[in-house]
Amino acid sequence: MKLRVSPFWLSLAVVAGLYLLFLVAMLVATAGYTTPGKLIEALGKREIQHSIFLSLITCTVTALLSLLLAVPVGYLLARARFPGKHWVEAALDIPIVLPPMVMGLCLLILFQTGFGKFIESTTVTFTYTVYGVVLAQFTIGAAFAVRTMRHTFDHLSSRPEDVAMTLGCTRARAVWLVTLPAARRGMFAAASVAWARSLGEFGPILVFAGATRMKTEVLPTTVWLELSVGNLEAAVAVSLLMVVCAIVVLAAVKWMGEEV
Amino acid sequence: MIRFDNIAWQAGGFRLENVSFTVPEKSYAVLMGRTGCGKTSLLEILCGLRRPASGRVFIAEREVTNLPPGARGIGYVPQDGAMFPTMTVRENIGFALRIRRRPADEIQQRVNELAAHLGVAHLLDRLPNNLSGGERQRVALGRALAAKPSVLLLDEPLSALDEELRDDLAKLLKNIQRELGVTALHITHSRSEAARLADVLFRLDDGRVQESPLLPELP
Repeated sequence: MKLRVSPFWLSLAVVAGLYLLFLVAMLVATAGYTTPGKLIEALGKREIQHSIFLSLITCTVTALLSLLLAVPVGYLLARARFPGKHWVEAALDIPIVLPPMVMGLCLLILFQTGFGKFIESTTVTFTYTVYGVVLAQFTIGAAFAVRTMRHTFDHLSSRPEDVAMTLGCTRARAVWLVTLPAARRGMFAAASVAWARSLGEFGPILVFAGATRMKTEVLPTTVWLELSVGNLEAAVAVSLLMVVCAIVVLAAVKWMGEEV
Repeated sequence: MIRFDNIAWQAGGFRLENVSFTVPEKSYAVLMGRTGCGKTSLLEILCGLRRPASGRVFIAEREVTNLPPGARGIGYVPQDGAMFPTMTVRENIGFALRIRRRPADEIQQRVNELAAHLGVAHLLDRLPNNLSGGERQRVALGRALAAKPSVLLLDEPLSALDEELRDDLAKLLKNIQRELGVTALHITHSRSEAARLADVLFRLDDGRVQESPLLPELP
């Protein structure tokens, strides 16, 4: 049987196809710019290895912290009705809509105030330290994780939780035993989004944690530092590594069947 | 026995007012009403999932208005079964006993006994995703009955089933209620379900509940 495609769907497919082609062309061009030898040479540099190690550690810590925040906040937004809820939702989106550089500046200024100095004096120093890298990543990554968890809980019926309560659970126990196991894919997606988002974070880290080699340098900082000294091969090598990480995370989330 | 005493509840423009009625001990009561008339809200007030604006709720002569849902001694079967999606049928049915920290062999024995009674013994290791609508409702019924509640609350449990399954499950519901001697409150908008199951029939209209004559069962 001959398949007939209407001009309407065909034109939509052409638009989507052109955009995809543009994305793939960008990645292929970047990959083609370097050779495996140069890639291995760049990735062998001590500074870059430190930056890879620091990125992996900070992104993982950020992803876990983001999840700790996103699960209760996402649940609250999905299940509870309270006055001013729309304003709270809008406020939680601030890190998503504000320019990242501005977020970094806000963090920097916060830690110059009495409140910020009190926090630093009672916990750890954030400004221009690795803790600052995590905090800068967390500020933005957590907002994306909250969105993902809210979306997850929105799509899970509250009925099983109600039934669990009639069978003897408190609300908290019902959430723990029934809802959270059902939300595990969403939790994986939320942590992955926070992880991937943190991996690419540059502006807030630069402003708040600085770009000191072997100290607060993460992968996007490396790209910027290498570009600024004209070492394009190293910048491309690190960029390709980040592309691979992003594709792996995206594939893992899609494989789990969650939307991001 | 279930007793609603002057219950009032309001949400937006919708309200229930001075709702008072009593379901006699060990009877099968059916509450009928149009879709959206507040039947489910009333059942949720009885379950403790909603708090009434005023009035009191009694189960077996004990006031339960301020008790948490789990302390009311009820078994609740919602419309879609509301299975626990990550638990097997065995775990779903044994849930209430697990929460009560009963010994594993007691849980296993009760699960097996209920599963055999409800005709789901061959499904015990399946996840709810792999069950049909009728199987889900049977499992939901087993789960609700596991802790031996004095009251069984059924929220349109047959509405999502095809006619043949509906007849089978209606028969099962009535038999189970008789054998276990529980007081059942079943809400529906179906006249045929009401005619087949009700020992006592109530209608919810314009926010008020009134007892109604039993309907003749269709041939």
